[in-house]
Amino acid sequence: MPHAIETHQLTKTYNSLKAVDTLNIAVESGEIFGLLGPNGAGKTTAISMLCTILKPTSGTATVNGFDIVREANKVRKSIGIVFQEPSVDDRLTGRENLYMHANLYGVPASEQKERINRILKLVELEDRADDLLRTYSGGMRRRLELGRGLIHYPKVLFLDEPTVGLDPQTRDHIWKYIKELKEAHDITVVLTTHYMDEADRLSDRIAIMDHGKIVVLDSPSKLKETLEGDVITVRANNIQTLSELVNKWLGLSQTHVVDDALEITVRNGKAVMPRIMELATQNNVYVESLLLRQPNLEDVFLHYTGKSIREDTGKELHGMAAIQRRAIK
Amino acid sequence: MSELRGLYTLWLREIKRFMRDRTRLVSMFIQPLLWLVIFGAGFGLHFALPNLSYQQVIFPGIVGQTLLFTSMFMGISVLWDKEFGFMKEILVSPVSRLTIFLGKMIGDSTSSFLQGIMVFVIGIALQIPIDPVTVLYALPIMLLITFGLVSIGLTIASLIGTLESFGAIQTFINLPLFFLSGALFPLKGPGISLPSWLTTVATWNPLTYGVDALRSVVLGNAWGTSLQIQPLWIDIGIITLFDAIMIAIGTWAFTRMK
Repeated sequence: MPHAIETHQLTKTYNSLKAVDTLNIAVESGEIFGLLGPNGAGKTTAISMLCTILKPTSGTATVNGFDIVREANKVRKSIGIVFQEPSVDDRLTGRENLYMHANLYGVPASEQKERINRILKLVELEDRADDLLRTYSGGMRRRLELGRGLIHYPKVLFLDEPTVGLDPQTRDHIWKYIKELKEAHDITVVLTTHYMDEADRLSDRIAIMDHGKIVVLDSPSKLKETLEGDVITVRANNIQTLSELVNKWLGLSQTHVVDDALEITVRNGKAVMPRIMELATQNNVYVESLLLRQPNLEDVFLHYTGKSIREDTGKELHGMAAIQRRAIK
Repeated sequence: MSELRGLYTLWLREIKRFMRDRTRLVSMFIQPLLWLVIFGAGFGLHFALPNLSYQQVIFPGIVGQTLLFTSMFMGISVLWDKEFGFMKEILVSPVSRLTIFLGKMIGDSTSSFLQGIMVFVIGIALQIPIDPVTVLYALPIMLLITFGLVSIGLTIASLIGTLESFGAIQTFINLPLFFLSGALFPLKGPGISLPSWLTTVATWNPLTYGVDALRSVVLGNAWGTSLQIQPLWIDIGIITLFDAIMIAIGTWAFTRMK
């Protein structure tokens, strides 16, 4: 089997802004592929093109071997999509929503009942299947949407920010479902997220995206290994001075300022920590705290893009606000 | 085959949503009742047509008005679907845009049609002399009228973004179409002389022919050639042509929708 998804110089331009810039990726069949990046990095635009919602400005791509422009209808039949924003009919019951989907995707009538029962069981909504969607919680709706995306047996499932605006327990649940669904149906999953932990927990491989381009692509563990070593977080009264001192001493620019703290990536953290204290004391910088830890994806992101993914959380708030607005209605 | 199933499922959804909307079910009684009872009694005082009471004349007009108002209102379903994100689920499915438009249109037309039937029930309850058999002839004409009108509502709703502007545009279209359709007064007949601009505008109003066709069927011989705008078959021809044009425009509008 060739790659589940291949893109060749895939580009989408809005006026002069390149939302997706000459994207070249190959997603293996059967893997969970994470597309990680801050809001506005071009993740949603990229998968919108792969889902045939948007037409590329230039370049091509195939999904399950079908061209996303010339064979859009075949692509649509072979994929499942779970959107960032809710997309269920809240005046219908859970079961009715699933039947609608099955009919829209041409699932044979004789198989619909059995498939829908199985999906309801999988996402643990059997006992609520005949209640109107408006009585569901945010997490239940999300589970229903995940299940719905699988009714027509897609080969590739696209998940666009699947846990935005959900509480930690629900997110944990959703992650569990995504893994189970992937195992049970033997599908390829493409996941976009701006949550580091989500990408880390779920993905077999992660592509870090920024300004419409892939910055780096590898497995989560390899990505973390490339950073080699430890991360020291220093809080002090004069971060700027300390940052210059450490850079001068280490002879490289391995420091970043994140949330009013100095983060230093070094090979032998334990030995470096006392030296930093010394440097600070000699130069009248008062150190409030020192922390040593293993690098995480956040550090990887910082390393490759030079900025924190948390700097921009506008869209997350938007997602929350959207859900709250819905709850009021 | 799969397109037909898509059409059916989209139609069924509109019907289910309509049947579950209790406020709409109640309100569909009230409006025609007010028009027939209060307006019909008040304005009937100086109305003189041989063999016809004012209530009888406006009754088919109020059926047409109900079809117009409810059909146009159905456009709101597009805006709700956009607002709640469900439109995306439909638009990315493998079903064609023509099918999506037709499914929604026929579903909304059915709801509007059911509300039109309620007016007949009210009319009979008010003891307006209506031959029950004529109701059967009126039904297909009513359905035909709703197709074009629902298409207008859906087209406008898919082209504009917000609920507020939809409400404004709706009123702007509803009232002129209603007043200039002859729903509340005959447009021609012995002793009737209306300003010529009014009759000219009415000639270009599709609802004029809908109301005229309903009167021809419901009032029978009493609505003779001296009162008819056009013979029944020409009325039906014009409505069908209007439907075809509006369905084409509506499908185009849905194809553009993202």
